[in-house]
Amino acid sequence: MNRLISYEKKDTFVHKLSGFTKLVFFLIWCLTSALTFDTRILAIMLVLGISIYLSAKIKWKQVSAIFTAVMFFMVINLTCIFFFAPYEGCRIYDSRSDLFHLFGNYTVTKQQLFYELNVLMKYFTVIPSVFIFLTTTDPSELASSLNGVGVPYKISYALEITLRYIPDIQDEFHRIRNAQEARGIEMSSKGKLLSRIKNTAAIIFPLLFSSMERIDVVSNAMELRGFGKKKTRTWYSRKKLTAADFAVLIFIVAFSAAALIFTYYDGSRFYNPFTI
Amino acid sequence: MEKTPIIEFSDVTFKYRVQEKPTLKNINLKIYPGEKILIAGQSGSGKSTLAHCLNALIPCSFTGEMSGTLRVDGKTPSELGVFGMSQIVGTVLQDTDGQFIALTVGEDIAFALENDNIPQDKIFDKVHEVAEKLDLQSFLNHAPGELSGGQKQRVSLGGVMACDVKILLFDEPLANLDPATGKRTIALIDEIMKREDMTVVIIEHRIEDVLYRDVDRVILMGDGEIIADMHPDELLCTGLLPQHGIREPLYIAALKAAGCELGADTHPQHIESMDVTKYKDQVKNWYHSVPKHQQQSSSETLLSVNNLSFGYEDGRQILKDVNFEIKRGEMISLVGRNGAGKSTLASLICGFYKPQSGNILFNGEDMSGFSIKEIGEKIGYVMQSPNQMISKPMIFDEVALGLTARGVPEDVIKEKVNDALKICGLYPFRNWPVSALSFGQKKRVSIASILVLSPELIILDEPTAGQDYSHYTEIMEFLVKLRDDMGKTIMMITHDMHLMLEYTDRTLVLTDGRLLMNALPSEVLTDENICDKAYLKKTSLYDLSLKCGIDTPSEFAARFIDHERAGRGGQS
Repeated sequence: MNRLISYEKKDTFVHKLSGFTKLVFFLIWCLTSALTFDTRILAIMLVLGISIYLSAKIKWKQVSAIFTAVMFFMVINLTCIFFFAPYEGCRIYDSRSDLFHLFGNYTVTKQQLFYELNVLMKYFTVIPSVFIFLTTTDPSELASSLNGVGVPYKISYALEITLRYIPDIQDEFHRIRNAQEARGIEMSSKGKLLSRIKNTAAIIFPLLFSSMERIDVVSNAMELRGFGKKKTRTWYSRKKLTAADFAVLIFIVAFSAAALIFTYYDGSRFYNPFTI
Repeated sequence: MEKTPIIEFSDVTFKYRVQEKPTLKNINLKIYPGEKILIAGQSGSGKSTLAHCLNALIPCSFTGEMSGTLRVDGKTPSELGVFGMSQIVGTVLQDTDGQFIALTVGEDIAFALENDNIPQDKIFDKVHEVAEKLDLQSFLNHAPGELSGGQKQRVSLGGVMACDVKILLFDEPLANLDPATGKRTIALIDEIMKREDMTVVIIEHRIEDVLYRDVDRVILMGDGEIIADMHPDELLCTGLLPQHGIREPLYIAALKAAGCELGADTHPQHIESMDVTKYKDQVKNWYHSVPKHQQQSSSETLLSVNNLSFGYEDGRQILKDVNFEIKRGEMISLVGRNGAGKSTLASLICGFYKPQSGNILFNGEDMSGFSIKEIGEKIGYVMQSPNQMISKPMIFDEVALGLTARGVPEDVIKEKVNDALKICGLYPFRNWPVSALSFGQKKRVSIASILVLSPELIILDEPTAGQDYSHYTEIMEFLVKLRDDMGKTIMMITHDMHLMLEYTDRTLVLTDGRLLMNALPSEVLTDENICDKAYLKKTSLYDLSLKCGIDTPSEFAARFIDHERAGRGGQS
C-alpha cells in the first residue's frame, strides 16, 4: 500500500516526544522560517532541521513522493520569481552587480541569485520539519495534541477518523476501478483526456455511495458509544509531557525569539552582504 | 421465585415517521437477567427495530411514534438517550469494520471512556482489564487492517464491555465472518456472559450457527409481531421457522424430510447432544429410498488455471502454484478464510493483476495478452455490493454503460439492454431511477450490467452476504436460471456453507494461497480435516448421518440437497 506520507513507529528521541511538543515546535519553526530572511539564521535552521531529520531515522520511501512534488513546485516558484521580478534582489539589497545578460530585459545579477538562494533555503528549512512532524507523530496523538492546543475535539477527531479510513477508501477505490475497467471504462493513459475525466465519474459515484453507507454505520457506532455527548473528552493516546518535552519547548521558544530579534534588530528582515 | 425482568416491553408499538404502518405491533416481552435470547426473523419482520428500542437509537436517532412502555434495567431508554443507554446496553454492530473507530485496538476499547471524560490513568487500567478478558493484550497497538475478522469482533466486544454494561446486544454478529470464526464468536459470547454475569440478546437469522451454544429462548418475529417465544428445543419441533422465512438447521430439515415427528424431549437444539435413537431407522429408510446423487458434468473446459502464482512487490506471496479447471455450465464456489487469496485469484482471472508465473487459459486461449477491458467481454465480475458498481442514476443507462463505452450503435444497445433487463426481471422498471430499487433489485441491475457484455463466465463476490433467507433464495434461484437458460458458467466467492452445499457443483478450497481441495461441496463439508484447515464448518448433516449409522455422510448430504432442490421446484 503506497501512501503519500505515513507515520511509522520507531524508537528515537523525536518519536518519544509528545505530539503536543512536536506540533508547537513545528508551528513556531515554520513561523520563524517565514518571517526571517536572514541568511545566517536560515543556515543554522537548515543544519539543525536536517540533523533532526536524520536523527529521526525517517525512511526515504516514506516521504519521497511528497518530496518530489515539493521540489517540482519549488522549481516553478523560483523560476517564476525570476521571470516576474528579475531585479527583486537588487531592490532588496539596494545594489546591482550583473553576472551575464540573458535576453531582452533579463539579466542575471548576484543579488537576484542570492535572494533566490534565501527562498530555496526557506523551503529546505520547512520541508524537514513537515516530514518530521508527520512521520513521527502517531495520528491519534496528533488529534489529542490539536485538542490540547485549543482545537475543538470534534474537529481533531474528524482528522483522526479521516486518517483511519484513508487506507480503506484506497482499497475500495482500487476494487471499484478494476471492476469498472472490466466493464469497458478506460482508465489507463490510453484514453483521451476528456473521456478519462468523464470516466472518473464511473468510479467516484460508486465510491461516494459506498462511503456514505460506511459513514452511516460509523456515525451510529460513534453515537452508540457516547461521542459528542459531553463538552470535553479525554484521550487514551495523549502522552504526558516529560522533561525532554519541556526542554524542547523552552528551546524552540528561546531560539525563535533570538532568531527574530537578531533578524529585525537592524530594521530589515534581510541579511545584506552587498553593502559592506 | 419470581425474578424482575431486566428488559420489559409492555404493549410497545412503534411506527417510523416515514412509514404508514407500525413496524412493531403490541410487543409484550420479558427478558430476565442472565438469559440468552435469540431474536430471529426475516428482513422487515421488525427484529432490528426491536433491538434499536433497547439502545435508544429508537426513538432518539430514528424518529417515529412510540406507544406502550419499555423498561430496561428499570429505566426508560427514550429518557436516558443513546448515550445514557450505552452505559447499560452494549451494542455490537454487524459491521465490525464500521464499529472500529479509532486507529488502534487499545484506543478503540477506550473510545467510550474517553467520551465520558474518564481520566487517562483509569482508562489505561480499564483497557488492560478488558483486553485481558478478551485475550487481546498483545494486540493493543495494532491497527484494524492488521486484525482478522474474529479479532475485530473481539475488539468491538471490548469497546462495549469497557462501560461495564449489563446487557450485550449483538446485531447479526455472524454476517461478515467465515463459518469457523462465527462458531468461535458464539462460543466467546457464551463464555463472557457466564463469567461476567450478563444478559445477552442476539439478533440473527442464521439460527443453526447461533444454536451452536445453548440459548434460553428464541423470539421469532414476523410482520412486527412476536410469532413465537419458545425454548429452541420446542421451536425446532414446530414448522414455524420455515413458515416465517427462517432457515431451519439442516439436520432438522433432513429429519423432517425423512418424515420424523420431532419431540422436544430429544433436545434437538444441538445435533451433537440430540437423541436420535427414535429416528434412526426412519432416516436410514429415507436415505435408501431417495435417488442416488448424480454427478453431472460437461466435458468442455471453459477456464483452466495452470501453476498460477502471485505475490506483491513487497515479497508477500499470495497464491502458490494453483491449478484447476472450470467446465462450461458449472456453478463453482470458491471458499477459504479471509486473506486466503480468494479475491486475489478472482482478480487474476479477471486480468486486474498479472500472474507472477503460470497462466490462465480461457477456451484454450492464453489470457495474458488481453487487456482488462477485453477480458471483461469474456469474464464478468460482479462486486459484493451493488453500490460499488452503480454509477448512473437511471437503470437503463447503468445497464447500457459497458456497451456505450465500447461504442456499440444505439439500436443494438437498446436491444441488448432490454434483453438483459427482461432476463433479470427488471424490464418494467427500465425507466426508473436506480435509487427506487430494493437491495435485491439493485443486485440484479449490477448483474444485468455485466450480462449485456455477454460474458461466458460470471464471477460473483459474496452474492448473498447479509441477505436473509428469502432474498438469498431469490438471488440464488436467479443465478441458477442464468446457468440453465443461458448456459452461463458461474463462480462465486462465498463464506456461506449453505450456498456452497445447496447451489454449487464443485468447491475450490483455498488456504494460505494454496488450493487445498477441489471436490463436491458435500465432500468438502463432511471432511473434518479440510474444514479445520480452511476455517469452514462441517455440515450438521455429517453428524446426523453418522449418528443414524449411515457411514457415507457425503452421499447423505448430497441426496438430501437434491431432495431439497426438487422440493423447491428448482432443477438440479
